[in-house]
Amino acid sequence: MNAPPLSATAAYAAASCFHCGQPVPRGLRYRVVINGCEHALCCAGCAAVAQTIVDHGLTSYYSHRSALPAAEQIVPRALSELAAYSAPEVENALTREDGPDARIAALMLEGITCAACIWLIEQRLMRLAGVLGVDLNYATHRALVRWDPRRAKLADIIGAVAALGYRASPYDRARAENARSAERSSALWRLFVAGFGMMQVMMYLVPEYVTHGEMTPDIEQLMHIASLILTLPVMLYSAAPFYKGAWRDVRTRHLGMDVPVALGIVVAFAASAANTLHGSGPVYFDSITMFVFLLLAARYLELMARARCALTQEQLAEPGPAVAERLAAWPSSDLSELVASASLRAGDHLRVRPGATVPADGVIVDGASEIDERLLTGESRPLPKSVGDEVTGGSLSVDHAFVMRVTRVGAQTTRAAIQRLLEHAATVKPRLELSADRFARYFVQGLLVLAALTFAMWYAIDATRALWIAIAVLVVSCPCALSLATPAALAAATSALHGQGVLVANGDALENLARVTDFVFDKTGTLTTGTLRLARVMPLACGGRTSTPDECLAWAAALEASSEHPIARAITMAAQALQRSNASGIDNVAGSGIEGVIDGVRLRFGTPQFVAALHAAPLPAQIAEAEDDVTVVALGNAEGWIALFLLSDTVRPEAQAVVARLLHEGKRVHLLSGDRAQIVRHVAQAIGIAELRAAATPAAKLHYIRELQERGRVVAMIGDGVNDAAGLAAAHVSIAMAGGADIARSHSDVILHSGHLASLTAALDIARATLRVIRQNLVWALLYNAAAIPLAVCGYVTPLIAGAGMAASSMLVVANAARLMRRPSTMA
Amino acid sequence: MDIVYLLVPLSVVLAFIIGGVFWWAVRRGQFEDLEGPAHRIIMDDDRPEQ
Repeated sequence: MNAPPLSATAAYAAASCFHCGQPVPRGLRYRVVINGCEHALCCAGCAAVAQTIVDHGLTSYYSHRSALPAAEQIVPRALSELAAYSAPEVENALTREDGPDARIAALMLEGITCAACIWLIEQRLMRLAGVLGVDLNYATHRALVRWDPRRAKLADIIGAVAALGYRASPYDRARAENARSAERSSALWRLFVAGFGMMQVMMYLVPEYVTHGEMTPDIEQLMHIASLILTLPVMLYSAAPFYKGAWRDVRTRHLGMDVPVALGIVVAFAASAANTLHGSGPVYFDSITMFVFLLLAARYLELMARARCALTQEQLAEPGPAVAERLAAWPSSDLSELVASASLRAGDHLRVRPGATVPADGVIVDGASEIDERLLTGESRPLPKSVGDEVTGGSLSVDHAFVMRVTRVGAQTTRAAIQRLLEHAATVKPRLELSADRFARYFVQGLLVLAALTFAMWYAIDATRALWIAIAVLVVSCPCALSLATPAALAAATSALHGQGVLVANGDALENLARVTDFVFDKTGTLTTGTLRLARVMPLACGGRTSTPDECLAWAAALEASSEHPIARAITMAAQALQRSNASGIDNVAGSGIEGVIDGVRLRFGTPQFVAALHAAPLPAQIAEAEDDVTVVALGNAEGWIALFLLSDTVRPEAQAVVARLLHEGKRVHLLSGDRAQIVRHVAQAIGIAELRAAATPAAKLHYIRELQERGRVVAMIGDGVNDAAGLAAAHVSIAMAGGADIARSHSDVILHSGHLASLTAALDIARATLRVIRQNLVWALLYNAAAIPLAVCGYVTPLIAGAGMAASSMLVVANAARLMRRPSTMA
Repeated sequence: MDIVYLLVPLSVVLAFIIGGVFWWAVRRGQFEDLEGPAHRIIMDDDRPEQ
């Protein structure tokens, strides 16, 4: 394919990629034809994926999808792992046998943005020869695949998923299906028992209400006994968490809502059961079951919201490599075997090849390499490490192979520690809920005293009614409405935010977000995409001939084929669909570039100075003309310059609109960056931010935020890297971009896992709406209690009315909170 | 009204049977993914080409 001259393609520059929505760079021409319509694509990666989708007749993906694919390119990484998965011993370690002719693997899928992605993967896998069954879970982004090992291999399956632009990694199912899912299914089961019991008991007791005592005593007795039987499972099983909670509260002398709940239902049940067996007196099984059901329903909603949060975080954390190359007899022999990473032990020797992920924490014992620790620290520049230096599991070896001795595996690794931090953040109760809890404690103490006084008072007046009035006081006071008001709203808001691609790791964030006055943005990776993309190829006349951009790109890609450098990644990504040349004699000169021989010609690719050293021609004028924020890389041979490659970190397309919206609402927007002033000013101008600070160290960022806070401003910091971690920790609300450093995310209250800045404004809207709903709910709960408790004390409320009133009140609170979930999606 | 003496105990037994069915469904993971099937049914050409 010969690319047309640059000017001819300039018209496409403003178009966005049909597949991923990123702007299409000038000078590149990738197309896909769907139903006779030609669509422009931004890079070879998207072109390859789109072509795969078309070739397999799966184009309805494009009409059904409701979100664009992740902008971050995960495919090159997925492809680099493929080779490791094809080894039979690895396949055996990562999958299990299921009958004589089938194997099963559990895969974690990365890159899924909407339901159409699930459909796409499922259809592709189902059409793969040898695949027997695919079970995809949209909620958890996991898949179970069953296949015939004689006709397909694990590597084929993972490769097919990668060809669609997603990454599938096998995971240890036993480990992933932990206590959380057990907890969830037992909560669901308790809820069902309570709900079902409630409906049945109601059915038995309604005739009694509508017939006004016309039923014969023996039928009434029968109905009561049936109710008693169906209430038993509710009391013994469904309500068990309340007894546990109440017992814990009593032991720790820290009264919570569980105490009156447990007391109320136990006393009401005991009295009702006694009356049933006696054959006289009122029974309140319906009130008991309804009460238990409603409380459990609220707790279940909250549990689901939290579980979803934790799950998303788990997926954000990069899974380590599934396989490792172990040197069993090192140093006497360097024979290696591939083993599953899960089976590694401390003391094992491993070889880590260039471009591979370090499987565990350890020490280098032979060799040296540059290590990219971006995923752990956010530091994007690789660090040189040699014998004796520690390497961390999850980091990437950039340029050389080395041998390491494993020091820590599994739960002891640095990765696992970061993971635990994330999990901890998900379980801490937000301040709003804590203050509701504190209030509830006094409320409960008062309530218990009041119920006791009421009982004593009524015992003196009318002993037969005393117990029921006391129970009515306990039940009508509706701990639900009070203790539900906040968690229900928070759960609904969390779920709504999840739909917008926002993960709230810390419940306080919502409260603070609504009050924020100043937004401080980091530049790289936050306002810009953070990855270099090839913007333009400029061929130059060399030895009387000008090559086409595609030829130049193919040569550059051949030289950079084995490199993991950010520039190399941008080049290989752009050159994916081109025919590869083969380069030999590759020599990587750190910090300068790469040299190699293609078709007998020695080529250099790297900084203009490095290339100029080969041919001594003067620097081309185009270099000086390049804009400030563009990285220029040159390609040349002994005769002169062949081409210049312009790479840039592009500003996120939605950044300007988001900033404009924040400014419009009267917020102040700041830009803090560690980059050079020129570049920062350029970006700030493009986006419309007036207040900026360039060349800021982490300490300077922290200082800047502290200063704002001292002036009484409420600060939200939006960042992604390790250099932002301190600032993120200090800010009132810290917001991290997905794909940033783990450490940045573990310091953050809010994670924009959609990778879209537009989610920020959606989060802001929802945060405000949440505070409003919480306030409404609390006001309602207080009004209701102020009216209901005096009535109950005076004996005007039977336990049934108390139960119904409580139910209506909680319903109102939950329904009000549920309004938060009905928010239009901005992602489509 | 004698039929009530049969129907009421019967309904109690039924309730326990339904409970058992639900227990099976939860164990089999029928409630694991509540979103996926809703989307899946909209994507119509779901028959693999051979």
